[in-house]
Amino acid sequence: MDSIAITRQMLDGDRMIVNMGPSHPVTHGTLRIVLELEGELIMKATPEMGYLHRGVEKLGENLSYNQFIPLTDRLDYCSSILNNVGYAVAVEKLLGIQDPPRSRVIRVMVSELARIADHIVCLGINAVDIGAFTAFLYLFKQRETIYDLFEMAAGQRMHTSFTRVGGLMRDLPPEFLPLFDRFMEECPAAIDELETLLTRNPIWHDRTKGVGAMSIEDAVNWGYTGPCLRASGLAQDLRVAQPYLDYETYDFDIPVGTTGDVFDRYLVRVEEMRQSLRILAQAKRKLAEVGPGPVIVEDYKIALPPKEKVYTRMESLIHHFKLIMHGIEMPVGEVYSSTEAANGELGFYIVSDGGKNPYRIRVRPPCLPIFSSFDEKVRGRLIADAVAELGAMNVIAGELDR
Amino acid sequence: MVTEHIEEQLPGAVQDKHDFRGDHTIVVGAENLLAVADLLFKEGFQFLVDVTAVDWPEREGARFDVVYHWLNLTSQERLRVKVPVAEGASVPSLVSRFKTADWYEREVYDMFGVIFDGHPNLQRLLTWPDFPGHALRKDFPLDGGDAFCMDGCTAPYNRG
Repeated sequence: MDSIAITRQMLDGDRMIVNMGPSHPVTHGTLRIVLELEGELIMKATPEMGYLHRGVEKLGENLSYNQFIPLTDRLDYCSSILNNVGYAVAVEKLLGIQDPPRSRVIRVMVSELARIADHIVCLGINAVDIGAFTAFLYLFKQRETIYDLFEMAAGQRMHTSFTRVGGLMRDLPPEFLPLFDRFMEECPAAIDELETLLTRNPIWHDRTKGVGAMSIEDAVNWGYTGPCLRASGLAQDLRVAQPYLDYETYDFDIPVGTTGDVFDRYLVRVEEMRQSLRILAQAKRKLAEVGPGPVIVEDYKIALPPKEKVYTRMESLIHHFKLIMHGIEMPVGEVYSSTEAANGELGFYIVSDGGKNPYRIRVRPPCLPIFSSFDEKVRGRLIADAVAELGAMNVIAGELDR
Repeated sequence: MVTEHIEEQLPGAVQDKHDFRGDHTIVVGAENLLAVADLLFKEGFQFLVDVTAVDWPEREGARFDVVYHWLNLTSQERLRVKVPVAEGASVPSLVSRFKTADWYEREVYDMFGVIFDGHPNLQRLLTWPDFPGHALRKDFPLDGGDAFCMDGCTAPYNRG
């Protein structure tokens, strides 16, 4: 048997083997990296993954289109709404429909909130790993507010399952916007505080500058997307390049770095949080412009009819029964739909044979190609650099292993 | 359109093509994949977004479709390339041109058992090395079956 454990016979020379993970504090999830060391230098890093493999794609083949949504929560669990939205957009592309305008604006709002929450986790934890604990505490207050907002909107803090095929599970409650306004006031100050702590901090510079630098050509060749690609200098953002959810009507900038090292990724993520706040302010105005209205398509062959109609009208009852028992009538075909998640391009490739369940559903996780370059990036560097690098890649085991 | 360019420069390589919901798909044989990948690279499709596979156990001839998604970062065009491959047959690996193909191809090998010729380290990615069978094949049971070979790996899905 070819075991995962690397034996001494497999090694050349007198290298020391150190296991980072599966329960190392820096892995934030269950990853294992086998480091071969000479002194403090990393000669080789072998990532081992699959500890969180749940077979999401296999399960998806046995669940109906709406039943798959709770599984998307558990992909990138730091920003589950972004996955919900990405999946709903993919199924709507397969169906050839669009969700109502109000739903589109709310989706943009929760997506950008989730992006800020995800960047807070990534930056905060990266700073903690490197030794700057305070930034984590300052920003997590804002993250709590975001999760309170999600709880109001979806009833759940982390595993939101907020979207449905054709729209949303429900409209925003009235108490959402007051708290949202407070968040919009407080968040910029918190980001400023983070920058005061880190951006000009010489220790932070020493630990992050030049670590994990990568050229644009290499980043594209490795399949980088999201903040990691933009830190290398390429302004590729699917919200602008291939707009969905009317992102082309929002005014925002794409921050780019120059070298792609950990420090640049930090700067890109901080600036993306500010740009998300800009989008949020516009989205709130847009929500008022759109006004009240349905948040899910009123086609009862796709979305469930409202409960009061199900209880009082025969036709709605039949629609409800048909939709639950036989599912949505799907066209035969295949689509690939991608959205800009917090980590990069989150793609869903769905093959439909016209049945109740997808024939094949593939999740393209943004952090898998990024993590696959780990060995090349840390080879010849110190263990401490590997810690900084792993945090800045923002590897989320949930979407890595699916 | 890039599909026409491929048809012009590699006559006979494109076996089939179709568009659905704005997605362009071409089907090429495994023997032409490297040439098509080279041509796509020259045409600006330098971003290999995804590699995956689909299992069609009832289909005559080729059981699997290996599915590649390419993105042109300049024009933001996308192209899907499908390579039909029979059970036990192999597909050329794209690792030499696209480093990102490394783990994707390992994952396809792990989940479907498709062999990639020329891959430097074709080992399982998500499951463990002596995992019986390939989990995303349609004949693999949903509950995972006898994953730890308690019954001696005798179930039909353990082979292959």
